[in-house]
Amino acid sequence: MPVNPELQGRVFPPTEPYLVGREKIREFSRAVFASSPINTDVTAARAAGYTDVVAPPTFAVVVQELTLRQLLSEPDAGIDFTRVVHGDQRFSFTRPIVAGDELTATLTVASVKSLGGHSMVTAESSIVDAEGAHVLTAISTLVVRGDE
Amino acid sequence: MVQLAELEVGQVVAEGEFHLTRDVLVHYAGASGDFNPIHYRDEVAQSVGLPGVLAHGMLTMGLAVQPVVDWIGDPARVVDYQVRFTRPVPVDAAEGATLTVVAKIGTVDVESSTARIDLTVTFGGETVLGKAQVRVSLA
Repeated sequence: MPVNPELQGRVFPPTEPYLVGREKIREFSRAVFASSPINTDVTAARAAGYTDVVAPPTFAVVVQELTLRQLLSEPDAGIDFTRVVHGDQRFSFTRPIVAGDELTATLTVASVKSLGGHSMVTAESSIVDAEGAHVLTAISTLVVRGDE
Repeated sequence: MVQLAELEVGQVVAEGEFHLTRDVLVHYAGASGDFNPIHYRDEVAQSVGLPGVLAHGMLTMGLAVQPVVDWIGDPARVVDYQVRFTRPVPVDAAEGATLTVVAKIGTVDVESSTARIDLTVTFGGETVLGKAQVRVSLA
């Protein structure tokens, strides 16, 4: 089943707020070999001017993932999860994620393209804080392989 | 503190080497919530035509930026980061897999006090990420 071209432009409902935990940031930091003390040490983070530990740049994927689940489970999307390959990824920040943030993400399907039997779906998730201020936008292109 | 005026296009500013094992992949799965079994079960990976367990692309992306973070001294100075996943990284159960990262200055923008850092990430002599670019703020 091909990806539904009418997905293009669709905006999904905002996700439930995600509370960024200090220990989650520390756990994620260790998992990606982050060695900056600003990622793990509250004193170092405060000395650098932040209210708490700062997440590594790719931590945002944890929040973005909640929106990608919405997209993949959309009944009329026609996206077969077993055929999805992550094509590319981007994070564009207005400010870093800091422990204590309460983040909400809203996914927009920026484009649906066909290329040589495959479909490419570009999903933009705008992530905002509890005040509604923009924190970052996470953009994924998913390649959905066609029938071989 | 890194000084923008001292940066030259093409200059290598950071390098790193990372050894991945199956344990590292399981740790990343737990930390990120990505429990796709192709990242820890050979038989599942092989059932979908892969040679065996692969590293999460997002793990490769996550660690590849770390030499740049250490160089600029603050993870919050990364204002934009993008990669293309061009080649999978198989992680052998016994041998693991070693990734190398070289970070070079791509462009310097004095007006916005930012620089684009281009990453070359290789496994077994071949690049695994394309268009891997980090924009850092040096204001």
